Amino acid sequence: MSGSMEFLLWTKGPLFNIALAIFAIGLMARLVEIFMLGRAPNYAEPRAHEWPAGLRTMLTRTVADPGTFQRAPFNVVVGWVWHLGFLTALLFFVPHVELIQGVLGFAWPALPNPVVDFATAITLLALIATLVHRLTHPVKRHISTIEDYLVWAVVFMVVLTGYLAYHRLVEPYPLALGMHILCAEILLIILPFTKLTHIFTTFIARWYNGAAFGRKGVQS
Amino acid sequence: MSELTLERGLAAFRAEIDAPTAAFFSSCVHCGLCAQSCPFYLETGDPKYTPILKLEPLRRVWENEFTLWGRIKGLLGLQKKVTDAMLAEWEELLYDSCSMCGRCSMVCPVGNDLAYMIRKTREGMVQSGHAPEGLVSASVRAITTGSPMGLQWKTLAVQIQHVESSSGLTVPVDQEGAEYLVLLSSMEVINFPEYLEAITRIFDHAGVTWTLSTQCFEATNAGIQIGNKDIAAQLVERVVAAAETLRVPKVISPECGHAYTAIRWEGPNLIGRPYSFRVFHIVEVLDELRAAGRIRTEGKEGDRLSMHDPCNLARKSGVIQQQRNLMALVAENFVDLKEHGKYQWCCGAGGGVSSNERAEALKMTAFKRKKAQIEEVAPERMVTMCATCRTQLEEGLETFNMEIPVVGLTEMIAEHLVERD
Amino acid sequence: MRKRPDKTLGESLRDHGLSRRGFLKLCATTASLMALPPSLAPAIAAALEQARRPSVIWLSFQECTGCTESLTRSHAPTLEDLIFDFISLDYHHTLQAASGEAAEAARFQAMEENKGQYLVIVDGSIPGPDANPGFSTVAGHSNYDILMETVEHAAAVIAVGTCAAFGGLPQARPNPTGAMSVMDLVRDKPVINVPGCPPIPMVITGVVAHYLVFGRLPELDAYHRPLAFYGQSIHDRCYRRPFYDKGLFAERFDDEGARQGWCLYRLGCKGPTTYNACATMKWNDGTSWPIEAGHPCLGCSEPKFWDAGGFYEPVSVPLTLGPTTLLGAGAAGGVIGGGLAAMARKQVKQDAATRQPVTVDELEQKL
Repeated sequence: MSGSMEFLLWTKGPLFNIALAIFAIGLMARLVEIFMLGRAPNYAEPRAHEWPAGLRTMLTRTVADPGTFQRAPFNVVVGWVWHLGFLTALLFFVPHVELIQGVLGFAWPALPNPVVDFATAITLLALIATLVHRLTHPVKRHISTIEDYLVWAVVFMVVLTGYLAYHRLVEPYPLALGMHILCAEILLIILPFTKLTHIFTTFIARWYNGAAFGRKGVQS
Repeated sequence: MSELTLERGLAAFRAEIDAPTAAFFSSCVHCGLCAQSCPFYLETGDPKYTPILKLEPLRRVWENEFTLWGRIKGLLGLQKKVTDAMLAEWEELLYDSCSMCGRCSMVCPVGNDLAYMIRKTREGMVQSGHAPEGLVSASVRAITTGSPMGLQWKTLAVQIQHVESSSGLTVPVDQEGAEYLVLLSSMEVINFPEYLEAITRIFDHAGVTWTLSTQCFEATNAGIQIGNKDIAAQLVERVVAAAETLRVPKVISPECGHAYTAIRWEGPNLIGRPYSFRVFHIVEVLDELRAAGRIRTEGKEGDRLSMHDPCNLARKSGVIQQQRNLMALVAENFVDLKEHGKYQWCCGAGGGVSSNERAEALKMTAFKRKKAQIEEVAPERMVTMCATCRTQLEEGLETFNMEIPVVGLTEMIAEHLVERD
Repeated sequence: MRKRPDKTLGESLRDHGLSRRGFLKLCATTASLMALPPSLAPAIAAALEQARRPSVIWLSFQECTGCTESLTRSHAPTLEDLIFDFISLDYHHTLQAASGEAAEAARFQAMEENKGQYLVIVDGSIPGPDANPGFSTVAGHSNYDILMETVEHAAAVIAVGTCAAFGGLPQARPNPTGAMSVMDLVRDKPVINVPGCPPIPMVITGVVAHYLVFGRLPELDAYHRPLAFYGQSIHDRCYRRPFYDKGLFAERFDDEGARQGWCLYRLGCKGPTTYNACATMKWNDGTSWPIEAGHPCLGCSEPKFWDAGGFYEPVSVPLTLGPTTLLGAGAAGGVIGGGLAAMARKQVKQDAATRQPVTVDELEQKL
């Protein structure tokens, strides 16, 4: 016998464990791969310390400089909107907070459902906008690979299935919830092997960038 | 006889991959914002000039050999390899259409330092024999003659005589124990001889002890531009040897962008040890003298002046405020370009583009970005502090029939020195 | 020994003093229970009036008698009487008067006399054919044998309670008795599942009434549950749903949210994934139901509800994973990544050791 509830329990049980294991193994492997490469010693006399500059850049790169914003407002705004919307839904939806509590043993306060619902709807629209942009902007079209579209599809499906499940637009609900969890698991599984790694490595990259420039006296 | 091969190129790519490189490639999301910061893309509109794409050879080596996924792909036969044909195709992208200005490094939202990786990728390009002819010959000349332009000390000696006769001062040569060893760039010696006279006057005015070295006067480093450690290290060793012979505590890099980054930031790492001396750009030294009250000026330029920050000096070395302090000393009508300092736009000639004859047309196209910036504030004259930038600005403004003269900052300071009693 | 039922239901009810008015009211209640339009009440009345009381054999296996207890609390007026009168309950451990061999004989007789027409109601799960038959026996026969023998000539089987419908508690990991559901074992007869731990009494009677009225099985969902009762989730019909939508949750059983009657999602309510009629029909004569009493829904009418996460773990919490597993996987990743990085580094070092410096001669070859 195999029905929607068994599917849900499979995604909540064994598959979740497998996905999280692959994610943890893959991500750790990647991080170790990065850090073990190290950097050559730098003998040049520094102008300033690397650490504060690197830490600052980890945050400051989140906001585009005014010139870039003017030249690519769509890129910047839509990118911001969907990242924020996605993070809002991911980190502050009550069921997700409970999930984090369950897996990590700690969590934080959640946002009211209507807020998350709104954020999710906006995220879906923004994601569609990013796809249209990717397909139409000459640069983005030129540099896009299959991976870019695959990652887009997975991210979009995660948000879409979440939205459908929340609004109970798919029956039976265990199927809807199971689909959402399955999509999220696919995302976890591919995360360490695709550009989704940037979720973590961005901060490393920004640190190195900020440190390199900061050492030379430029806050990047 | 040994030759440059693909295998050597691949080995060089591998040797260049470090933690930052891996973090950068791991993080790219193909957002395309780097293109929005690249004059070569913006002025041509050709998406092949998207900066991150220029790094594809290095990225492939990283993915294939430095990642778990790449290795799995390898087992499945799905790896995209770097081939000789690919490198041949990428030569234009890595040299002709990149001035290593680092603007993309400054705006990449995930923090990728693209210019850092371009520099690394060029190592593999040289080792695999895919560097442009202009840069190859400049490198060969730099090693064999001591100057990328083949300039000899005897030519400089003639200039020194001119400077001495016109200023009535002595240009110190091979003065052991002077405070500063002054380096020059061949381009300056040939195109802008006024620089040497300017520093002679300023240092005399400020009471600074300095010297030139017959052993090594050239500050530029073709090895950095072409992207080869061996050539670059040899050239740096010459500077180090000259400084050590004359036992100077400080070395001054001239009004040249890449020379400064070469000696100041890359040099110690190229030779694998810290220096026994410190390195300054002439603008840094002048600003220090100004702050110490050792430069006294009179009168100010009254016309509308604006300034071009050389990428290597501003964004890539943090010398941004100094030139503005000096401008304030001698100009009353100074206006900054809208995006300046660390967000300035490249003139289009850096990173070896100006030594690469093949890139001439592209270089002028990229200049349009600077031109637009200049038009925006409509100055009567432009000031800068890099001979390559200055040449490009002059050529560019002339090409587009804009009558805006370009002056070097050091000369401008020299012109306003208070005459000695 | 019981006589074969020969009175129609109408006759039987009148014998018990049910007025015509009371009977019609009952029919209207039945119609609404089954989510049928009220206009069908007269048709139901006519059908019930004429229906012959079918023979019902109630088999109890690995169960707790909770389902029977629930049934005896059926709350519609006189329905408790009705259940004994509009069916002929020929075999039921708890309720029958006969015992021992006489009881078993009653079962055989009912099977014989109503071949192909009798209903089998099962509560409790069954140790499967591969399990030790001794785990649960009646009169020396295994549950499995009794079930298979009894359903052979049945018209349909109604699995009452989650144990019969889905395996329930006996099937919960590690399932020591190899418990299986009726549906797992009976493949060639219609099976209606009336899950719940226990099921709502009115649902049990409603399903039987439907069978009597229409002479066929009600419309079922993918789990063979009658859609009339299991078509909507607890969450969708919950009176606390507005609090969920507004994001107002009780986080502890003694906090302000709990006192205010806010949503119990965070206390582990399985309402979102549970399909049952509790929210609309309630329990104990419509008095209340678990959520109204301040306790999260356990999801008892769903398959595997004992293994579907802790009762007090929210629906979104994974079943087994904890921080330790995550750390373990992370450590494994570290080792793999370290190994790969070491290989890459070795290659880089080799390249560095064998690196050929670029010479002017080599460059000149390119000119």
